[in-house]
Amino acid sequence: MPYIPHTPEDVQSMLDAIGVARIEDLFDEIPAHLKAGALEKLPDGLTEMEVTALMAARARQDESAVCFIGAGAYEHHIPAAVWEIATRGEYYTAYTPYQAEASQGTLQTIYEYQSMIAHLTGMDVSNASVYDGASGLSEAVLMALRANRKSKASRVLMPAAVHPLYRRATRDIVTNQGVTIEEVPFCNERGITLLESLAPYAGEDYAALVIAQPNFFGCLEDVDALTDWAHANNMLVIAVVNPTSLALLKPPGEWGSGGVDIVVGEGQPLGVPLSSGGPYFGFMCCKQQHVRQMPGRIIGRTVDMDGKPGFALTLQAREQHIRRSKATSNICTNQGLAMTAATIYMSLLGADGLASVAGHCHANTNLLADKLCAIKGVKRRFSSATFHEVVIELPQSANLTLKALAAKNILGGYSLAPAYGFDNAMLVCATEVRTQDEIEQYAAALAEVLA
Amino acid sequence: MNREAQLIFEVSKAGRRAYSQAPKPVADDKLNDLPAALRRQSKPLLPEVSELQVVRHYTNLSSKNFAIDKQFYPLGSCTMKYNPRGANRAAMLPGFLKRHPLAPESHSQGYLACLFELQEFLKEVTGMKGVSLTPMAGAQGEFAGVAMIRAYHEARNDHERTEILVPEAAHGTNPATAVMCGYKVREVPVNDDGDVDLEALKAACGPQTAGLMMTNPSTCGVFERQVEAIAKAVHEAGGLLYYDGANLNAILGKVRPGDMGFDVIHMNLHKTFATPHGGGGPGAGPVGVSERLKPFLPTPIVGQDGDSYRWLTDADLPQTIGHLSAFMGNAGVLLRAYYYARALGREGMLRVGEYSSLAANYMLKRLQQVGYTAAYPDRRASHEFILTLAKEAKAFDVSAMDVAKRLLDYNQHAPTTYFPLLVPECLLIEPTETETKEALDEFIDAMARILEEARENPELVKGAPYSQPVRRLDDVRAARELNLVFRPGASA
Repeated sequence: MPYIPHTPEDVQSMLDAIGVARIEDLFDEIPAHLKAGALEKLPDGLTEMEVTALMAARARQDESAVCFIGAGAYEHHIPAAVWEIATRGEYYTAYTPYQAEASQGTLQTIYEYQSMIAHLTGMDVSNASVYDGASGLSEAVLMALRANRKSKASRVLMPAAVHPLYRRATRDIVTNQGVTIEEVPFCNERGITLLESLAPYAGEDYAALVIAQPNFFGCLEDVDALTDWAHANNMLVIAVVNPTSLALLKPPGEWGSGGVDIVVGEGQPLGVPLSSGGPYFGFMCCKQQHVRQMPGRIIGRTVDMDGKPGFALTLQAREQHIRRSKATSNICTNQGLAMTAATIYMSLLGADGLASVAGHCHANTNLLADKLCAIKGVKRRFSSATFHEVVIELPQSANLTLKALAAKNILGGYSLAPAYGFDNAMLVCATEVRTQDEIEQYAAALAEVLA
Repeated sequence: MNREAQLIFEVSKAGRRAYSQAPKPVADDKLNDLPAALRRQSKPLLPEVSELQVVRHYTNLSSKNFAIDKQFYPLGSCTMKYNPRGANRAAMLPGFLKRHPLAPESHSQGYLACLFELQEFLKEVTGMKGVSLTPMAGAQGEFAGVAMIRAYHEARNDHERTEILVPEAAHGTNPATAVMCGYKVREVPVNDDGDVDLEALKAACGPQTAGLMMTNPSTCGVFERQVEAIAKAVHEAGGLLYYDGANLNAILGKVRPGDMGFDVIHMNLHKTFATPHGGGGPGAGPVGVSERLKPFLPTPIVGQDGDSYRWLTDADLPQTIGHLSAFMGNAGVLLRAYYYARALGREGMLRVGEYSSLAANYMLKRLQQVGYTAAYPDRRASHEFILTLAKEAKAFDVSAMDVAKRLLDYNQHAPTTYFPLLVPECLLIEPTETETKEALDEFIDAMARILEEARENPELVKGAPYSQPVRRLDDVRAARELNLVFRPGASA
């Protein structure tokens, strides 16, 4: 019996202690006609060796390609120590730190995480993380509606240049509460959100403006002007950022004259593997004045009854286990393990290491774009400055091109056909792990496909 | 400054680096195309430490945690069973780890095969007709479930249903979820024997009822015997029935929510399917539905075309409630659950409910024998049970929290305390099927000794714990003098 340790003697002595003859008697309160059958569709159990072999064969099936897709999930080098430590049983098999005295390891790690993310984003406070970047944006929208006391409307402004998968998840989550999301178009030539596109909304009642930096196209928005515009129109600003980029780009806490109000983003680039999309973690920071509207777990530094420093869950009056229907969110976990990995990753890299990673991603992506654009008919789609990711326009269908590249084991990018109707455009990315050889292979393969 | 609780920032030193961990800096001219006005002016405050310092710091921190790998962890309603190491290794295979979430289906067949089979296994053990794996935690599964209930009523142009019913013993996530889905919450009382007050429930049902969310076995640690009558009452009012799978471990292999009349369920794979809790996450909260809710399942779902697998999208499910994350939820957690399901197989799955219930009923009986009071003495325990310490609190001024803290000194993790809220001074205890009888007996012995201590030296119990890195923490100060972020020069 896998994972069940009882010998027949154990079972008998436990049954004797309870005073029943058979285990089945313990289920005598369940109406007999409801009892389950034999679960015939389940296969036989397997040993560790057998399941491992089966899953290893499955994993190998998916292993062969070189990846130039980014679009919100990035292949970075992850130092060996990150997951060796994060999967220690003491982190891996602990639960939510409700018993603070027996959870100081997890609690202090979260406090250090909150500190690092707050410094990286230039914000006052951080929570202990939410599920992922996209669902984090939905939480940020709901938070902005609570936090913006000047706004009575249940609606926010969302540039179309924000990641389409983030916009979709946010819409699917918040419309259940009757929230409206108004999409702001981007400049078709520059790929960014212009102040003139916002002009129609000036003086209107919206709780917040979302600003992504870099935006989905990799283009750099004029974040200072956008932030100041929103504040001048009584809107809060929600920034959506790539954490790696913040080693080089201005942190949201310094955008415009007052900094943004809420920051969210996908934490995956900080030491979390691609892993088919999860588990990742969403980071979430805000200004001090909004902390009581923030969802999710928050850790505070305090002292114990002897005056010794320690850490505990705090501001729990926001949370579902205390406030039930009046909580800020129904969330009752964080992405603890992924967040732990990110904390170790940020410690190992430091500010300089993270800047090196960001710099290489940028330089590699530029190299890739230059090589691809040297092919006849291939060019950059937008004219704005970019970071880390670029939209490339092809002389033919992006979907078909990507399929032909995949047949050569090159995952060439993410097609913009479905989300934007740009049939010939794709988003490409080369992080620090892509070598010059791989970039040249990609360019050669694309030249063949287009020939 | 106490060295033990030193922050990584406090061992940091300007100019120190873990040199081999990052690539060498790029030449400045490679960054010239970044507009100066958009560049960062000052470095973020991150630690400046060596590789060894990082490894030592976080290894030492981890050792301050209680964990299933170190201690018995009978946290009620959390199912802290053994997390197989093999599952972790399998989920961390390079082919799975390096797969980009937007990789084409041609390069995803191995991964999709695992997920498709997991969907089928979950259907079989729950008796539901369709499954979506994508919700990232129990609470997100609840959200998906209630959003499907809303979508179902709306698709039928039934717009008058504004209320979700929730038994008062329910997890806090239930009412919080109903509100996130735009519903009002009405709580239904629970009888002295732990079952829902059926008459009160019937009275609460009406044309405004969108659905009822319930956990069975309930958070009172007993099987809801009137489940069919409850289902009938809610269905007759036109509402749907939501099953919170928090306690699915109790009945795995014994009863299926689909057979009990539930329309939609979520499962906590981090409980029932042995994936790790990771210090509070990530989990996974797949949802299962009856036939009539299948069109509304959240995407993506894995479908099968002949020999190959593909993602089902909005085109296949035009009425879907949509996407709840950027990609596929907590994919790596799903792979761990898949491993567990394959390792157990049919015969293993049939035994989970049996042996988790055996352990709980054994502990309940023995703890009653040593002098503790059961909250529901006339009922069978499910996979968990409740003790009430109201008597001890009155007689010795020793609370359930005091007993919980004292247990830490006996190297036992505390049970869940003060939940459900309706039982005074309660401990909710869930041993799981993976603990030896010896482990259960050690816990029972510790509880017996603490009861003696409470009688003879209550101050000892009230001051506990003494063996941990810190003693009881000042929660009031934590909330009043908020210190959420380390800032150099600020006082600790």
